[in-house]
Amino acid sequence: MNLQGIFSMSRKDLTTLVIFSIVVLALPIWLQPFGAAYPDLMQRFAIFGILAIGFNILFGLTGYLSFGHAAFLGVGSYTAVWTFKLFSMNPIPALFFAVIMSGLFAFIIGFVSLRRSGIYFSILTLAFAQMSYNLAYSVLTPITNGETGLQLESSDPRIIDSMFVGEQAGLPVSNFFGLEMSGIPGFYFCAIFLIIGFFITQRIFASPFGMMLRGIKSNQTRMNYTGFNTRPYTLTAFVISGMYAGLAGGLMAVTDPLAGAERMQWTASGEIVLMTILGGVGTLLGPIVGAWLIKYFENIFSSFNENVLHNLFGFLPDGVESVVVEITSMFVGEGWHLTLGLVFVLVVTFLPGGIMEGYRRITAMFTGGGGDGKKANADDKQTQPAE
Amino acid sequence: MDAILLQLLNGLDKGGAYALIALGLTLVFGTLGVVNFAHGALFMLGAFCAVTLRKLLTLEQVVLDTENLTAWGTPTEIRTPYVEAWFGDFGAVLVNYSVPLAILLAIPVMLAVGVAMERGLIKHFYRRPHAEQILVTFGLAIVLQEIIKHFFGANPIPQPMPENFSGAADIGVMLGMDPNVIVYPWWRLVYFAFSVIVIGAVFAFLQFTTFGMVVRAGMADRETVGLIGIDIDKRFTAMFGLAAVVAGVAGVMYTPLLPPDYHLGMDFLVLTFVVVVVGGMGSLPGAVAAGFLLGILQSFASMTEVKAIIPGIDQIIIYLVAVIILLVRPRGLMGRKGVMES
Repeated sequence: MNLQGIFSMSRKDLTTLVIFSIVVLALPIWLQPFGAAYPDLMQRFAIFGILAIGFNILFGLTGYLSFGHAAFLGVGSYTAVWTFKLFSMNPIPALFFAVIMSGLFAFIIGFVSLRRSGIYFSILTLAFAQMSYNLAYSVLTPITNGETGLQLESSDPRIIDSMFVGEQAGLPVSNFFGLEMSGIPGFYFCAIFLIIGFFITQRIFASPFGMMLRGIKSNQTRMNYTGFNTRPYTLTAFVISGMYAGLAGGLMAVTDPLAGAERMQWTASGEIVLMTILGGVGTLLGPIVGAWLIKYFENIFSSFNENVLHNLFGFLPDGVESVVVEITSMFVGEGWHLTLGLVFVLVVTFLPGGIMEGYRRITAMFTGGGGDGKKANADDKQTQPAE
Repeated sequence: MDAILLQLLNGLDKGGAYALIALGLTLVFGTLGVVNFAHGALFMLGAFCAVTLRKLLTLEQVVLDTENLTAWGTPTEIRTPYVEAWFGDFGAVLVNYSVPLAILLAIPVMLAVGVAMERGLIKHFYRRPHAEQILVTFGLAIVLQEIIKHFFGANPIPQPMPENFSGAADIGVMLGMDPNVIVYPWWRLVYFAFSVIVIGAVFAFLQFTTFGMVVRAGMADRETVGLIGIDIDKRFTAMFGLAAVVAGVAGVMYTPLLPPDYHLGMDFLVLTFVVVVVGGMGSLPGAVAAGFLLGILQSFASMTEVKAIIPGIDQIIIYLVAVIILLVRPRGLMGRKGVMES
């Protein structure tokens, strides 16, 4: 495929990409009124966005529900921190190795797991992720530093850096040719990867390869009968998706050079699934919306405590107030996961297409339905995963 | 030889827990065709039934003894649980046996929870894809464990076993070997016996009662049973309740072995799914056999001799077995043809 072929996009895709880029790059501005415009949170927005769109390439297009994606995230983080320790604090090689390693890892796991589909696939990926997690905690401690987590040390060799920079006092910070990867620059660094990742996803969605994956989702048997060997396609999707997770893991290490095994636990994989479903499986923007919403509300809800609630409901009569505070306190602060679980159950039950489907239904209501309704039906059929 | 026998025994209690949870999971799957990720949470709820009962039984009344003063000059507080104050020695026995007694509490509670879960939520997911069933029950599991966390806190709550069972049994002597060769905690033996009894009861119920016969017929061919005019849905709901009870009592009896905390269910769930897959989706004997098999394998893998050869094997053995089984024998050990096949 020549370069022009890769970059020729439909007008609609191009508009989406441009608007998306503007929205992402302007995050520090339009998040101000929401009180979320601080770098740490925005970095997480970008990183988890990458993670979710990567997961969506697998689950959204092929319908294979992986419950082990956190393993790739962990591999990416560990690789990036090791690159920092051994070679250089520049994030580019770290990310490069993180993506390559997690891709390799995904290839091995995918090669085995993709022999089965449906729930067996979910359990196989879950089993592999748990194995990685348990090993990272026990035998692989020399590599992963076990419970403490892998950290930078001043005695690290850092071959390349020591050639150019020489000795420094204290722990070094990851820097992109002198630009420190924390705060706003760190966010923009991640944001650029998010935009690139989004662009690649768009291209995959629009490509014959993407069509093939959708075909696998709607009816794999028919695909097989048509004469396609579907496995190379699903494996490629799995590896790409694993690389996205590795990139996200690498970026986590870039913004905060620390890697721990808890990133690989299966509840972490569950969180990725939650984000994607909440936003809308199989849509381009859905997973990112889901990731942002979850991270935003996690941040807001976790900061609530009894005092904040008492202030909030202070206008109520005393008796009523304490009851209301008692009930709401179940859902905020420590109880944020309860809210998340409830919302998730409700979304899966009533709105399996996530927020994007809700959005489409609402717009369909205002534009009088008709054509849009038909389109919604067609999309509903697509949400049947591979069995 | 002794070492092997000891490891065999070590695997039995854990295997019993796996088998009990896997049995319920398979029962739900075989009858309702639902993949229930919230089943581990039911195990956890059962464990917290034991915690609740003990909390209730040990509510204390405080009597001030003004005769004896403490070193600070305040009256000594004499704390006695209300049950002991009311019933004397019988009360003390109640407190002592709080864990087994909790079964009586767990059965109605778990039955109610199970039926409510099935009627309230899972009913709507019969015709939906398995992926969505997994997702919604996964969400439900999160909700259940967070509710427990809200009321009981995040730390494990140790539960003492009845004093009569707190020691260890010298099994070697019973088998005619030297004393102190094979010493094994009583409660683990109790747990093993308990799991065998429960499993036997469930099988007997399915095999020898009319109700069980109808359920088995429904598992084999739901449509025909419906055509005969039997309301199979109602019976399947009852089976969901039964599965919840089995998971619950398994949790109750396990509390002295492992202090329960709110994510106990999740920890067991992953393992149990592996057990079910190894045994074969939809096969009840398979689930039980695989449960004990994997429990025993795990205990063998944690022997120092084995770990010296393959380091870290105890951490991954179960998953490794599952991967191998799924690849070479996709239906599992005893899986039926045509169940959950793509």
